[in-house]
Amino acid sequence: MVQIDDLGRIIDEHPFFRGIDAKLRALLVGCAANERVEAGKYLFRQGAPADSFYLVRHGSLAIETHAPGRPVITVESVGEGEIIGWSWLVAPYRWTFDARAVTLLRVLSFDATCLRGKMDADPVLGYEVLRRFVPVMGQRLAATRLQLLDLYGKQKG
Amino acid sequence: MIALPADPMLPRLFDVLKVKRELADTFTLELKSDGGGFGFQAGQFNMLYAFGAGEVPISISGDPGKPGTLVHTIRAVGAVTEAMGRLKPGDTLGVRGPYGTPWPVEQAFGDDLVIVAGGVGLAPLRPAIYQALANREKFGRVSILYGARSPEDILFRKELEQWRGRFDLEVLVTVDRVSGNWGGNVGVVTKLVAKAGFDPMDTTAFVCGPEVMMRFAVDSLEKRGVSTDKIHVSMERNMKCGLGVCGHCQWGPHFVCRDGPVFHFDEIAGLFSVREL
Repeated sequence: MVQIDDLGRIIDEHPFFRGIDAKLRALLVGCAANERVEAGKYLFRQGAPADSFYLVRHGSLAIETHAPGRPVITVESVGEGEIIGWSWLVAPYRWTFDARAVTLLRVLSFDATCLRGKMDADPVLGYEVLRRFVPVMGQRLAATRLQLLDLYGKQKG
Repeated sequence: MIALPADPMLPRLFDVLKVKRELADTFTLELKSDGGGFGFQAGQFNMLYAFGAGEVPISISGDPGKPGTLVHTIRAVGAVTEAMGRLKPGDTLGVRGPYGTPWPVEQAFGDDLVIVAGGVGLAPLRPAIYQALANREKFGRVSILYGARSPEDILFRKELEQWRGRFDLEVLVTVDRVSGNWGGNVGVVTKLVAKAGFDPMDTTAFVCGPEVMMRFAVDSLEKRGVSTDKIHVSMERNMKCGLGVCGHCQWGPHFVCRDGPVFHFDEIAGLFSVREL
């Protein structure tokens, strides 16, 4: 079984929380759990309550969506050292995509209700978490825009 | 009788030795001339003339260490390149060149080398990869980061797989879109910059692909800490003469055919995001 000290070490070592203040890390540990997902299984499904967010420790997963009569569409892959999920931050807290483990996946999950409660109670923690989330959201938005441009397709006109 | 100087606008005749279908719209021509070998530097291009159709600039995609055969990888995007796609072994093509500035492979000796390619932009970088692999011991880490539209659009797939099998080379591939069975990365090539194992303090980067992709790739390299004076990009403009004479490829104070296509990023940073140019 993973001990609290181990969870703290995992948080420290993950690029997303690297350098975080020890007091804030202790608050995070109280909401964290180690999880393992077999390849092919879903970490979460579109429309379900977004009750967690995850630090990917090992393996990779595909962010997918679907449309009737069409093959599953993979929007992005996420791997080691990255995070997955921000729907837990925005009401009504529902996942907007499926997340499927492509390989055996090891993640550190954070209970969203627990974490939101601590962030509300301690604005320093709230600011610190959001400060780390916003660049990731910005990078992913820019990446999505690039994908939409279909840069490698033939130019028309 | 006085011999006239060679006319730089006069193409040499080359025979098509081999045609290799790379992708649905992309093919590689191997060319040979009776006049002997064809020395070039990685990153340079030739003006290729399909008789009856026209002339277009195409980067050389072969090995600079094997100048006996001239290799070009071409994407059929217009009348001239489509005519080239119909060539068969034994047909003839006109060649002028080589033109333009090379990838500064030797200047990068001693550094980690990161090659960022998007789509058919891998073709102009392949000679630099060959040269780097021929001098592998002179570099630190070498990373090839490649982005394609879909798994079906991965150029030089077998070669990428071979390179990925080497212990002294990091090869990361991603695709923009996928449906079906693909276990690799999905997302833009710039995302690979954060994943690659190089030391940004001592890294030289070569970047080639669509211009928007290059802008974001340079941005990602800078964010990772690579100095802009060690980032090189290959530009594409409407090149006609190849000699810096006709002015068709003028880009600010530069003629891309003569001053490029490979530029120090520092040299062109101010032009790179100017929409009007």
